Amino acid sequence: MKNEEMNEGKMTVIVQTIAALLFPLALIFSFYVIMHGHLTPGGGFQGGAIGASAVVLLIVAYGVKHVEEKMSEGGFSVFESLGGLIFVVVAIFGLFLATSFLANFLVNEPIFGKIPGWGESPLNSGGILPILNIAVGMKVIGGLSAVVLILALISREGEEK
Amino acid sequence: MKKLAFIAFVVFFFFLFYSAYEIRDFGNPPSNVKETFPDAKYKVTMDDRIIGKYNTTTGEWEYGAVEETGANNVVTSVVFDYRGYDTLGEATVLFTAIAGIMLLFGREKK
Amino acid sequence: MIYNLPFLTVVALIAIGMYAIIFKRNLIKIAVGITILESGVNLFLITLGYREGGVAPIFTNLPPGISPDQIPEKMVLPVPQALTLTSIVIGVAVLALILSFTINIYRKYGTLDAGKIRRLKE
Repeated sequence: MKNEEMNEGKMTVIVQTIAALLFPLALIFSFYVIMHGHLTPGGGFQGGAIGASAVVLLIVAYGVKHVEEKMSEGGFSVFESLGGLIFVVVAIFGLFLATSFLANFLVNEPIFGKIPGWGESPLNSGGILPILNIAVGMKVIGGLSAVVLILALISREGEEK
Repeated sequence: MKKLAFIAFVVFFFFLFYSAYEIRDFGNPPSNVKETFPDAKYKVTMDDRIIGKYNTTTGEWEYGAVEETGANNVVTSVVFDYRGYDTLGEATVLFTAIAGIMLLFGREKK
Repeated sequence: MIYNLPFLTVVALIAIGMYAIIFKRNLIKIAVGITILESGVNLFLITLGYREGGVAPIFTNLPPGISPDQIPEKMVLPVPQALTLTSIVIGVAVLALILSFTINIYRKYGTLDAGKIRRLKE
């Protein structure tokens, strides 16, 4: 029984259960790191790496075949391209609404309030920085997950041959 | 030939080790702009200019990332605001690498 | 002298990576060498930006004891950290590309030795 499961690239039931429990938690933590990128340590790159590591956890625990039925690397690639598109569109909005490409056109606007001084509220809005953080986070999650998925798939097929 | 390459390697890294020994003190980045640029608007280096200066009497930021980008995390404000083009190029590199991997392996998946 | 130990570590990392790139024949070992060299360069950037007794350049939840009038002097430099952040992600993407090319080479030639690959080419 063990050998059959190993051949399919799966790990034991204990590892699978823990991975299924940890996968949503890792995604939530990744989203937290991305959303608080302009306030706390972190940002789009780091949060994206955490989200991609959640997908890697699933691949390690359940095997590539099982994961590949649920999520395809083409979908990840589309997700990544969507992130890049959001980045460029927000940057071009800066060109039209403010001075230049990638200008921070949302900061110091009335809807985002005044920048607080020392020791006041830590809630700085950051202008377009959270939007760019989300875009880059989507890019990194999609890109690294697609790379890991396709490399794992290729190496599995090589073992079978 | 390999022996010659090894000798060149050793000589090169001997000089590199010597320069690492003779470089400035660790933990003391140069922060004196006054002598180099006497007409600078702010008499600080680029990094100190980005970190900013808080005026305790008026209670406002005179300059810096918090006043200009509204982000408490100065590193994020550098990545996405001051050096946004850098991040755009990095995103292009990531996209290109993944497109290359897709071109190599995407078709033979099924 | 011991105070320059981080710079010496940087040079040691770069030397190890460069040795693997120049003198090893295995493509996987060359990829490992490139990664070690990259981490040496990242460590060099971070080391250049360190300021003695400085905290991370983040204003949320500053450690107690930092007052507003000592702000630029008590924080490490942010620009090298941002460059390193960009460099790490580029390193991961380039490493993935290198490994996929290595897989392709191994499938075509059946070997990972760089010298034999050159010989097999007709």
